[in-house]
Amino acid sequence: MTVLKPSVSKLDHFQGNSEDPITLVEYGDYQCTSCGRAYLIVKKIQKQMGENLKFVFRNFPLENIHPKAIPAAIAAEAAAKQDKFWEMHDIIFENQVNLHENSFKNFAEQLGLEMAQFNKDIENEDVLQKIESDFEGGVKSGVNGTPAFFINGIHYNGSWEYTNLLEVLQLELKKEKVV
Amino acid sequence: MLQAGTLAPDFELNATPDQKLKLSELKGKRVVLAFYPADWSPVCADQMALYNETLKFFHKFNAELVGISVDSKWCHLAFSQDRRLHFPLLSDYEPKGAISKLYDVYDDAEGNCKRALFVLDEEGVIHWSFLSPVGINPGADGILNALEELSNVKNI
Repeated sequence: MTVLKPSVSKLDHFQGNSEDPITLVEYGDYQCTSCGRAYLIVKKIQKQMGENLKFVFRNFPLENIHPKAIPAAIAAEAAAKQDKFWEMHDIIFENQVNLHENSFKNFAEQLGLEMAQFNKDIENEDVLQKIESDFEGGVKSGVNGTPAFFINGIHYNGSWEYTNLLEVLQLELKKEKVV
Repeated sequence: MLQAGTLAPDFELNATPDQKLKLSELKGKRVVLAFYPADWSPVCADQMALYNETLKFFHKFNAELVGISVDSKWCHLAFSQDRRLHFPLLSDYEPKGAISKLYDVYDDAEGNCKRALFVLDEEGVIHWSFLSPVGINPGADGILNALEELSNVKNI
């Protein structure tokens, strides 16, 4: 049983209420097709669980097999500097199959980002460092491929198909409500 | 499988179609031996693709990684090029599985290596070993913990 290190903090991007009882962390790679599938499943689960779920996304780019993974992660982290992390995260996954060199700037324009700032931020050392530190934390937490999920800080090795993942999360929720 | 404290048996295997690698040539460095069942497992959860990305962390600890399976040197070459691997894959091909058997990590029923990890110190002594269920990619955290331990021991 491997534990998430570092645990979820202010440095993370999250959706949902920060006081939510259940935290789901995903380590993902924007160019990994399984993550593309997981993206849709997590969306459905978020809808189902509503305020009971806090969802965190961390970067785990396998750059040698996915050459667009780091540029994509950079785009999302740069968008975060203009409070559009999730918008960028979503648009990348929705267009995952046809990412090309200009995709990220196009997305930034579509999302109405201040382009001069965006172009500056994608070159920002901090942005790359955030991605690398996500990756390193993932490795130390036992992430062995993508997507990898942690439920309340514990590595979840089971199936992440919709019904399976939802069932596990709801079970956790029930446990917490009893306590 | 061979356990911690044992001197890792030396061997020489093909790393490329025309180059061999001898374990003892790596003396002075720490070595991670990653025995795995076969090339070409699915990409996103592939152990070798993961280690390719974690090499930089291993190097920080003065460690070199080598992958070992019974696949042929030509198969390794194609796999390594496809996944853009930056570390050698050794071919335990002829006699088949001889080195895996020496380390006691050969799966007779399947006719390939088990999924096993060894971390050797600078002198070639096994510091840590781990046998993973064959279907489960063990990740890199165990290797990093072992390398960290080795560094701590050395500093005392």
